[in-house]
Amino acid sequence: MTDFAAQQPGLDPLAMPPPGAIVEDIRQARRRAGVRFALAFALTWIVLVGGMALAIASTGRVHPDFIAEHLPFFLGGIPLTIFVSVASIIFATGFALIGALGRISRNPVIYGIASLYVSLVRGTPLVVQIFFIYSALPQFGIVLPAIVAGVFALSFNYGAYMTEIFRAGIQAVPRGQLEAASALGMTERHTMRRIVLPQAVRIVIPAIGNEFIAMIKDSALVSFVALQELFWRTRTVGAANFASFETLLFAAIVYWVLTIFFSLFQERLEKRMAQSDRRP
Amino acid sequence: MTTTHGTTDPFAAPGALTPTGAPPIVRLLDIEKYFGSHHVLQGCTLEVYPSETICIIGRSGSGKSTLLRCANFLEEPTAGVVEIDNISVRADPLHARSRQHREQIRQLRMRAQMVFQEFNLFPHLRVIDNLIEAPVRVKGVSRDKAIATAERYLDKVGLREKRDAFPGSLSGGQKQRVAIARALTMEPKVLLFDEPTSALDPTLVGEVLAVMEELAHEGATMLVVTHEMAFAREAADRVYFIEEGRFAEAGPPQQVLDAPRDERTRRFLARFTGAGGATSGA
Repeated sequence: MTDFAAQQPGLDPLAMPPPGAIVEDIRQARRRAGVRFALAFALTWIVLVGGMALAIASTGRVHPDFIAEHLPFFLGGIPLTIFVSVASIIFATGFALIGALGRISRNPVIYGIASLYVSLVRGTPLVVQIFFIYSALPQFGIVLPAIVAGVFALSFNYGAYMTEIFRAGIQAVPRGQLEAASALGMTERHTMRRIVLPQAVRIVIPAIGNEFIAMIKDSALVSFVALQELFWRTRTVGAANFASFETLLFAAIVYWVLTIFFSLFQERLEKRMAQSDRRP
Repeated sequence: MTTTHGTTDPFAAPGALTPTGAPPIVRLLDIEKYFGSHHVLQGCTLEVYPSETICIIGRSGSGKSTLLRCANFLEEPTAGVVEIDNISVRADPLHARSRQHREQIRQLRMRAQMVFQEFNLFPHLRVIDNLIEAPVRVKGVSRDKAIATAERYLDKVGLREKRDAFPGSLSGGQKQRVAIARALTMEPKVLLFDEPTSALDPTLVGEVLAVMEELAHEGATMLVVTHEMAFAREAADRVYFIEEGRFAEAGPPQQVLDAPRDERTRRFLARFTGAGGATSGA
């Protein structure tokens, strides 16, 4: 022990607690900090959401009885909302996969078609596309049922955005993977199907999750083709009873809860995917 | 000895384990490679007899990795011919993507398996599936037979117990040993090693070199680009020193590494002597 340390009681190794005790103290301090953070976070939300609820209630325009009366009708739209979202994301994934393969194609015609798809669909409003498919095509004798028109419009539109996500995912697979595959004698098609795409899908899963959550909200647009999903039901009842404020508020809350639910689901899925890469 | 193309590797000589009278199994003939206007390979000719281990040494940027990558057409040579086990492919950079040329290259690659510096295992497949993917789907071997072969080679590299592991759970040395087993499971005529230990933690280099030395002594035909002079000395039948895209000197390791005739070889080796690499033995 140096003289300097002897003069500083705090630095005297003999005066310090054993290292094991400090490790336990640090662990407990971290845990306490974690609990404090979670509590403060929850409190913040309670105050903010409670404040908003009070502000809304103070307008005197919310009639719980009215909402309760139509609640079964409103909630009856949720299955259709979810069905449209799930069906559309599945078809959109298909469009995106084909689109992405087109966007990395060396064939100028295929590349041209895929690029035009992305450009055209991303360059026009979704709501215009929905009306076009449902209302304009019948002039050419193409009459699609509302559900088909709605799901087709949503998936065709999202497929264009997701094409670029898939393309980026495919191109994010390291070059060495392609070299290893071709050095083993695999054809390009074999390499794409067995080596590149499985890795690309892992890369894009979080992005697809985000698209799905956006899809839940955009599925409200199919109410314009008279599909009686959540938004159509609340809007119709609200307009008929001059109660748009309550019904729209209710619709917003339900969409919010749905997206929270699927965000949690997505988080868990991502964690599981991340683990599978490290499985022994 | 004159080849069918009238070109000769003046340094070629059958190795100690080469069957008597066997002709070279690998021929790289007058390989030229330009990257843009940069003339990386300026006419490299190299012949490998069966069961020989050839080491190619040289400073970084000398063209040694490019030459190896030209041998299985991962890089299309600008000119030259690659012959492996009677499959002969002439460089055709203008029609590199033609169906016929690509099929020829694929035939070549099935006979020449490469082990990469960065391992390049498939991270989404278990070790066993990494090994059998190509034998089953490229060569058409039955799944059961491919698994049996794969397990035999996993035994050889000492990683049988990692059969069902994912590559992400392996150390660098284990990954490279799996990569060697993956190459062996294709039962190639020649193994190409592209600086197989350069990406490894120094403590893990030994386990990989040990596997390679064992293969060399068992009579595998190997073409190895390396900075491991001790390995070259121990395992190589011949060492080729490449400088600015040309072979400056070649011969048995005792000659090239211990008594280099070329001034450039001497200067190159001097760095390793300084680091204790070239003269330290195994």
